[in-house]
Amino acid sequence: MTLLSVRDLAVRIGDRVIASVPELDVCAGECVAIVGESGSGKTTTLLATLGLTQGADVSGRITVGDVDVLTASPARLREIRGSRAALVMQSPQAALNPTMRLGTLMRRALARHGVKGADARERAEEAVRAVLLDPEILRRHPHQVSGGQAQRFAIALALALGAQVVLADEPTSALDVTVQAEVVAVLRRLRDERGLAVLLVSHDLALVSTIADRVVVMRDGTVVESGPAAEVFARPRDPYTRELIAAVPELPEAGPALPEVGPALPEAGEDL
Amino acid sequence: MTTPALPALRRTPLRRLAGVDRLAVAGAVLLAVVVLAALLAPWIAPYPEDGGSATHPLEALLPPSGAHWFGTDQVGRDVLSRVLFGARTSLLIAVAVLAVSGVAGVVLGVVAGYAGGWARDVIMRVTDVFLAFPALLLSLALAVVLQPSVTTVIVAIAVTWWPWYARLTASVAASVATRGFVDSARCLGVPAPLIVLRHVLPNSLTPVLVQLSLDGGGVILTAAALSYLGLGAHEPTPEWGLMVQQGQTLFTTDWWVVTFPGLAILVTAFAFNVLGEGLRARLAR
Amino acid sequence: MPGYLIRRLGQAVLVVAGVIVLTFAVMRLVPGDPAVAYAGPKATAAELAEARRRFGLDDPLPVQLWNYVRDLLGGDWGTSLHTRQPVRDDLFQAFPASLELVGAALIIALVAGIPLGIAAARYKGRLPDLSVRLSSMLAVSVPVFWLALALQTVFASGLGWFPVAGEYDASLDRTSPLHLYTNITAVDALITGNWPILTSTLSHLVLPALVIAAYPAGVVAQMTRAALIEESSRDHARLERALGFGETAVLTRFALRPALNPVLSLIALVFAYSIVNGFLVEAVFNWPGLGRYAADSIRSLDTPAIAGVTLLVAVLYVVANLAVDLLQGVVDPRVRAR
Repeated sequence: MTLLSVRDLAVRIGDRVIASVPELDVCAGECVAIVGESGSGKTTTLLATLGLTQGADVSGRITVGDVDVLTASPARLREIRGSRAALVMQSPQAALNPTMRLGTLMRRALARHGVKGADARERAEEAVRAVLLDPEILRRHPHQVSGGQAQRFAIALALALGAQVVLADEPTSALDVTVQAEVVAVLRRLRDERGLAVLLVSHDLALVSTIADRVVVMRDGTVVESGPAAEVFARPRDPYTRELIAAVPELPEAGPALPEVGPALPEAGEDL
Repeated sequence: MTTPALPALRRTPLRRLAGVDRLAVAGAVLLAVVVLAALLAPWIAPYPEDGGSATHPLEALLPPSGAHWFGTDQVGRDVLSRVLFGARTSLLIAVAVLAVSGVAGVVLGVVAGYAGGWARDVIMRVTDVFLAFPALLLSLALAVVLQPSVTTVIVAIAVTWWPWYARLTASVAASVATRGFVDSARCLGVPAPLIVLRHVLPNSLTPVLVQLSLDGGGVILTAAALSYLGLGAHEPTPEWGLMVQQGQTLFTTDWWVVTFPGLAILVTAFAFNVLGEGLRARLAR
Repeated sequence: MPGYLIRRLGQAVLVVAGVIVLTFAVMRLVPGDPAVAYAGPKATAAELAEARRRFGLDDPLPVQLWNYVRDLLGGDWGTSLHTRQPVRDDLFQAFPASLELVGAALIIALVAGIPLGIAAARYKGRLPDLSVRLSSMLAVSVPVFWLALALQTVFASGLGWFPVAGEYDASLDRTSPLHLYTNITAVDALITGNWPILTSTLSHLVLPALVIAAYPAGVVAQMTRAALIEESSRDHARLERALGFGETAVLTRFALRPALNPVLSLIALVFAYSIVNGFLVEAVFNWPGLGRYAADSIRSLDTPAIAGVTLLVAVLYVVANLAVDLLQGVVDPRVRAR
C-alpha cells in the first residue's frame, strides 16, 4: 500500500528550481532513502511532502494517504501534519522547545489531534516505551536528555499521533556512531513490526545501506538515479553515484560520513 | 617600511546600509525636513525677531490664525517662529552630544576591544558603573550642580551617553581583532595604531552609526526634559522643552502655546527613531 | 549555578561601589558652597564655619569620600536642605508611591505590549505589523511631560473623567483612614479592604500610569515582536508546525515562552528608566513620590537630597538587573542548569 506518493514535483524559488523529483513512492513497511550532498534538494523534497517549504513555489502532485497536499486547505493540511506523516529532524535538541518538558509537548500535540486525558497519557507512555525509553523522560526538559534520547522521543511523537509515515531528515548526523545505530535500529524495527513507511534523507551512505529498501540519488536538485538499494549499491549506473559510493571505504559497515558541501538550503520558517 | 597591501574591507559593511529601506527613507525624509527648518529658520520664520527676545505685549496669547499659524505666546511672540528656531537648539544639542559621546565612546571602545587585558577590564567596569544610572537621572544630577544652560545640557547628556558606544565598539573591535586579516597584518609588522586606524575602526563604525541615529531621539527627549525642569536653556533661548514648561499653566485656556512645541519634540524624536529602526533592520539582514 | 550566582553578586557589589564614588564625585562638583546653602545667606562667619565642620568640608577629598561611604552604610544619607529631615526618611516616605505608579505603568505596558508584539509577529510585513511598529516608535518618541500635560488637560480638567492630581482624595483620610503595612497605598487599601481609598487611588493612577506606560509598552511590543520572529524561525518551531500547529499556535503556545526571556531582562532596564520618567510625570500630577521630591530638591539645589535620589535609583537598577538575571532561571530551564 502506497502511503506517500510524489509525481512531477518541482520546488522553485523565483526562477531557480531547487528540487525536482519525477516519481517517488513510499509503501507501508518500506524505507526509501534520498541521498546526496547538502544543497542537492533532498531536505526540500522531504519538507514539501508536508507543505512546509515556506516561500517556495511547489508544483506537481503529492499525496499522503488519500490527501492531496498541494490542493488541500490549510486546515486539512495542519490536520494531517503529525497524524499522517511526522517529521524527525536533524538536530535533536534544537528541534525541541527548550522551555517545554517533553511530556508537555507530547500532550499538546495529542490534544491538537483530539486525544486528551487518560487516553493521551496512555498513548504517550506506550509510544515512549515502543522506542525503548523510560516514560520518566516525559518529565524532563530537552537539555536534560541525550541526543539519541531526543531523537527516539521524536519518533515516539510520530507513533503516539498514529502517523504511518515518518519523514526523517538526517536523523543521525548529529549523533555519535553507537547512538546512530540505536536510532536506526528503532526505525528499522518499527518499519518491520508496525509497517511504518520511512522516508529517510541522508548524506551518509553507510547508514542508508543498513536500512533503505530503495534509494533515490539527488544532485543539484534533480534525481540522477533511483532503484532498489542493493542494486544501486552493487551496480551504480550514474558516475555521481559511483563517486558517492567510492567515497565510503567499507560498505555496508558504518564508515565516515560524506563531507557536507554546497550552499545551505532555504527551509521552512525562514524568509525567502 | 612600506605597508603591505591588505584586503580593502573597510567599505563593505557601510555599503550594506545603502540599499533602499522604506522605513529608513521615511525617517531620513522627516529628519531632513526638521534639519531644513532649523537651517532656514531665519528666512522661513514669519517673524524672525520672535526667535529672540522681542516682545509684543499687545499681541499676547492670540489663537492660531492666518497671521500666526500656531498662535502667539504669553509675551506675544509668534509660536511658529519660535518652534522653527527651537529646531536649531534641539538639533545643536543632539549633534553635539552624539559627536562628543560617539567619539569618546568609540576611542575607548576600540582601545578596550583591540588591546584586551586589563585596559579592557578597567574600561568595561567603568562603563558598567555609568550604565547603572538611567541617562536622565545622571544628567539631572549633573545639570543641578552645573549652571543651567545649553552647554550644561550637552555636557550632562554626553557624560551619560558615551558608555553605550564604548560597549558596542569594544565588542565589534574585539571580534574584528581576531579576524584573519588583522592577524596577518600584525604578523607582517604593521604597527598597532595603523591596524586600528585602517581595519578595526572602519569595521566598528557601521553599528555605531546605526546606534547614533537610534539614540538621536533619546537625546532630544532628555534635553527637552532637562529644559522642562529648568536645568537647560533659559529665556529668551527658543527651546521646545522650555516652551512647554513656560506655557504649561495655560494648557486649558491657550492650548496652542504648549501643543506645538510638544509636537515638535515628538516629530523630531520620531524621525530619529524611524531612521534608526530602518537602518537597524537593514543592517540585521 | 552557585558559581554563576557568586560571580553575578560580586559584579553587582562592584557596580554599586562605583555608583557611590560617581555620585560623590558629581556632588563635589558643586560650584556653590553647600555650607552657604545650608546656613543661609545671612549666616555669620562662625555659623558658616560650624556648617563646614558639620559637613566635613574641611577634610581632604579621600577622607570625605571615606566618611561618605561610612555614613551611607551606617544608614545616614545626609540631611535634606529643603525638608530639614534625614534624606533616608524622606526617600522611604516617597519611594512607595513611585513604586506604585511605575508598577502600575509596567503592568499596563506588559498587558498592552506583549499582545501587540504577538500580533505584529503573526502578521509580519503586513498592515498590523506596520501599525504596531509605527505606533510603538511613536510611543517611545513622545515627551512624557508633554503627554502628561495633554492627558491631564483633556481627560481631567476638560472632560472630568479622572481626578486632576494627587494620589487619592485626601478627605478619605478622615472618613476611612488607611492602615499602613507596605506604604503602597493601593496595596494597603486592598489588603485592608478599604474600598473608598482603593477606588480613589486607582482612578488617580490611571492617567499618570498611562503616560509612564507609553515608553515601556512601545519597547516591549518591539522586543516581543523581534524575539518571536527569531524564535519562530528556529528548528523547534518547524517541528511544531510539522505536528499540525498553525502559525498562531506556534507563536503563542510555543515560541512565546522562550521569547519572553529577552523581554523580561528589558523590564529591569525599563523599570529604572520609568522611575526617572516618573519624575517628570509626578511633577505634573502632583504624585507624592520620588519625582516630586526630586523636583522640589532641584528647585532648592538640595544636593544631599539629589544625591540620595540618584543613589537610590541607581542601586535599584542594579538590584532589578540582578533579580531579572535570577528570574530568568525560572523562565528558561537552560539558565538554571548553568
